[in-house]
Amino acid sequence: MYEGALADLVDELGRLPGIGPKSAQRIAFHVLGSDKADVDRLADVLRTVKEQVRFCTVCGNVATEEQCRICRDPRRGDELICVVEEPKDIIAVERTGEFRGRYHVLGGAINPLDGVGPDDLRIRELMMRLQAGATKEVIIATDPNTEGEATATYLALMIGPMGLAVSRLASGLPVGGDLEYADEVTLGRAFEGRRLIQ
Amino acid sequence: MQRRFFRDDALVLRTYKLGEADHIVSLFGRRSGRMRAVAKGVRRTSSKFGARLSPFGHVDLQLIEGRNLHTVTQVVGVDLYGRRIAEDYQRYTAACAISETAERLTPEDHEPSLRVFQLTLGAFRALADGAYPPPLVLDAYLLRSMRVSGWAPALTECAVCGLPGEHRAFSVAAGGCVCRNCRPAGSTHPSPEAFSLMRALTSGDWRTATATAQQARNEASGLVAAHLQWHLERSVRSLSYVQRTELRPVAAPVAESVEKR
Repeated sequence: MYEGALADLVDELGRLPGIGPKSAQRIAFHVLGSDKADVDRLADVLRTVKEQVRFCTVCGNVATEEQCRICRDPRRGDELICVVEEPKDIIAVERTGEFRGRYHVLGGAINPLDGVGPDDLRIRELMMRLQAGATKEVIIATDPNTEGEATATYLALMIGPMGLAVSRLASGLPVGGDLEYADEVTLGRAFEGRRLIQ
Repeated sequence: MQRRFFRDDALVLRTYKLGEADHIVSLFGRRSGRMRAVAKGVRRTSSKFGARLSPFGHVDLQLIEGRNLHTVTQVVGVDLYGRRIAEDYQRYTAACAISETAERLTPEDHEPSLRVFQLTLGAFRALADGAYPPPLVLDAYLLRSMRVSGWAPALTECAVCGLPGEHRAFSVAAGGCVCRNCRPAGSTHPSPEAFSLMRALTSGDWRTATATAQQARNEASGLVAAHLQWHLERSVRSLSYVQRTELRPVAAPVAESVEKR
C-alpha cells in the first residue's frame, strides 16, 4: 500500500512482538510526524542496545560489561543461587527486596513441544557454578506452569546428589485477594505449602 | 451478530503465548474434535482459570465460537493431570509426545475423533497415576492411535502378502513385519522380544510388556516412532526428547573443557 522507506518501516515494525499491521502503521506515521532529533535519539538507542548489551558470562543476565551488576556486587552472598527462566524474572525478584544472593538465567524452560530440551538451556553452566563449591542452596524460581514445574523437577534431580539444598518458590494465595475467588489448584497448593504460625 | 456459545469437555494439548498475558490453547474436545481457543489474561497471577488450562488437563469448558479461534469464557477442571505429570520428568516428556501425536493425528476441523480422544485421555491418566513405565505408556498410545487411524503396523501377518505368522523382518515402508519372500531391501531384524512387546502393547497385555528387557523396549520404541513418522509424513519433534530410561545426574564438565569450547 505504501512505498519506499515508509513501507519498509511499516514492515519492520510489524515484525515486532505484539505489533499488528494497524499498530505498525500508526507508529510509522507517528515517527514520520516526529521531530528529527527525537527520531535520531530513538535510532541511536536501538543501535546502542544491540552493540553494548550482552549476556553476563556468569549468570546469563543482560549486562553492559562482561559480568552483570549483580554478579559484580561484592555485598551479595554466594551461598544462595536463584534460578530463573528469563532476565526479566530477575527484575521481578529484585523488586521484592527479599533476596540478596546471586542469580542464574536458564534462557527458558524445558518444552519438547517447542523443541527445547535440557541441552538448549544454560543447565550445564549452572552445574559448573555449583561445582565451584560456594553455593549452599539453589532456589528454583521457574514459572509456576507445567513447563516450569518440569524444569524444576529436572533440576532437582540433577542438583540433588551434589548435597545442596534445593528449594522451589511457594505457590498460593495472592495478597489482598478473597479466599472464595481462589481456584482449586492455587488453593490446593496453598494448603500444601501452609506454615505454622505458633 | 449474535455469537454462539457452546460447551464441551476437552483435553488441553498445549498452549502458546499470545500478546502480553493471553494464551492460545490447543484443545481436543470430546464432541468438538480438535480446536484452538484464546484464553484471555490467563498468564496473570490474578487469572480465574489460568491454572486449569495447563497442558495435559481434562477440563469442562464454555467457549464463544469464532471464525478461526474460539474464546474461552469458563473452565472447570475435571481431572487436572498436569502437575502429577510434571513432577516426573519421564512422564512429562512422554506426555509431550502424546500431545503432539494427538495434534498430528486429528486435523483442526471440529470433527469429533472419540476413539483418539479416549486413548489420549487414558494415556494422560495412566501417566499421572504412574502405574506403568512412561515410555511403555507412550508406545502403547502410539500403536493404538495408529490402529484407530488405520495405520497399525502388521505384527501377526506379513504386511505385503498377508501370510499369517510371527515373521522376523520389519519394514516401515511395507507397513510392518514381512515374510521371507516379501522382505524388501533395507528391512530390519528386531529381536522376537521386541515384536512380542509391540503385540502386548497393542493388545493391552501389561504383564508381558512390563516384563520385557530394556533392550527390547528400545528396539520397539525405535520401530514404533519410525512407523508413525513414516505414515504422518513428518517428524514428531518431541519424540526425540522422550526420556526412555530413568534420569540420572550427569557430572558437569570440568571448567577447562568448557573454556575450550
